[in-house]
Amino acid sequence: MSLDTQLDLWEVFIQSKSGLPYIHAGSVHASDNKMALQNARDIYTRRGEGTSIWVMPSKYIVASNPDDNDMLFDPSNDKVYRHPTFYVMPEGAKNI
Amino acid sequence: MHNEHSDTHFQTRIDNGEHIEAKDYMPENYRKHLIRQMSQHAHSEVIGMQPEGNWITRAPSLRAKQILLAKIQDEGGHGLYLYSAAETLGVSRVEFIQQLQSGKAKYSSIFNYPALNWADVGAIGWLVDGAAIVNQVSLQRTSYGPYSRAMVRICKEESFHQRQGYEIMAKMMKGTKDQQAMAQDAMNRWWWPALMMFGPHDTDSPHSSDAVKWKIKRETNDELRQKFIDKTIPQAELIGLTVPDDKIKLDEKTGHYKIGPINWDEFYRVIAGNGPCNKQRLDHHIKFHEEGSWVRDAAVAYKQKHSTKELQTV
Repeated sequence: MSLDTQLDLWEVFIQSKSGLPYIHAGSVHASDNKMALQNARDIYTRRGEGTSIWVMPSKYIVASNPDDNDMLFDPSNDKVYRHPTFYVMPEGAKNI
Repeated sequence: MHNEHSDTHFQTRIDNGEHIEAKDYMPENYRKHLIRQMSQHAHSEVIGMQPEGNWITRAPSLRAKQILLAKIQDEGGHGLYLYSAAETLGVSRVEFIQQLQSGKAKYSSIFNYPALNWADVGAIGWLVDGAAIVNQVSLQRTSYGPYSRAMVRICKEESFHQRQGYEIMAKMMKGTKDQQAMAQDAMNRWWWPALMMFGPHDTDSPHSSDAVKWKIKRETNDELRQKFIDKTIPQAELIGLTVPDDKIKLDEKTGHYKIGPINWDEFYRVIAGNGPCNKQRLDHHIKFHEEGSWVRDAAVAYKQKHSTKELQTV
């Protein structure tokens, strides 16, 4: 018997209604695509929580490092020209 | 620049009401506390399937059987949400299972009591799930993100569990004298263990203070227990059940019920492994885990065969 008998880890993403984004729901253990999808269905959508499921092996997720947050998510407030309010519209301009 | 890897910075984030995520810095003891609490919580959901599972084949109607099956399936699901949330802390599922089976990790002591008859299924849903809900509602605001999200999901599903239990009790209290006596007997046996589910008094609780400081726990054992008592006593009275405590008194000033002393000797005896069913619960888990190993082996073999094929076609 293999040492780790608990199969591979997969991340589960669920779309609750068509048109909405897929949201991370949690993870499941499974040995292949089909089992991962079936387990995700059984564990995360017993009460109509979703209309569609994505599963992917957790090992393929690349996550940012919290230590880099300052650099990655700096709002660049000096670049005010990114916001629509930066621009001066002629007096009386409508629908813009 | 602030030092993101300091306990002071961590505590500031907690105090600001931020959630902590898996890759964020956390003090080693915060991680340890969560691993212990979350795995214990997951184990409790899974072991908690046993006392009720005992009654699936003997449920008194098809309706009751369907409900019980759905409830037990939920408990299994809750265990899996919690294991996957706990795994984000860097412990593998296989380690959690080993810790449970070796007795190193605990599960809620309440599941070391037997479900002797159908009224017990009602009492478990109403009192045991009821106590668990009070705790879990509070834990929705816990500071660790994956734990908090699992709790939100669990709370959405859990209220059906309590209501189905209370319905069983209410039905029996409207039934024959024998049925009423069964319901009262179940109440007598489950009331005190349900109160013990919240853990020792705040003054005697070894893990409480750090857990509150880190906002892992948002309310103390005694605060949560009091909420449960205040909710449950009127529910018992409404259907004609007597709470097995002759010292119960409603404090008119505070609006809270005061109860008699809890038998903590019993609590510690059961935690130490000397409850009515400790051995049975673990033996059962180990037996089915081992008997299911061929399924896991087959799944792995199928995957290996499949991935070799994929390689050949590339």
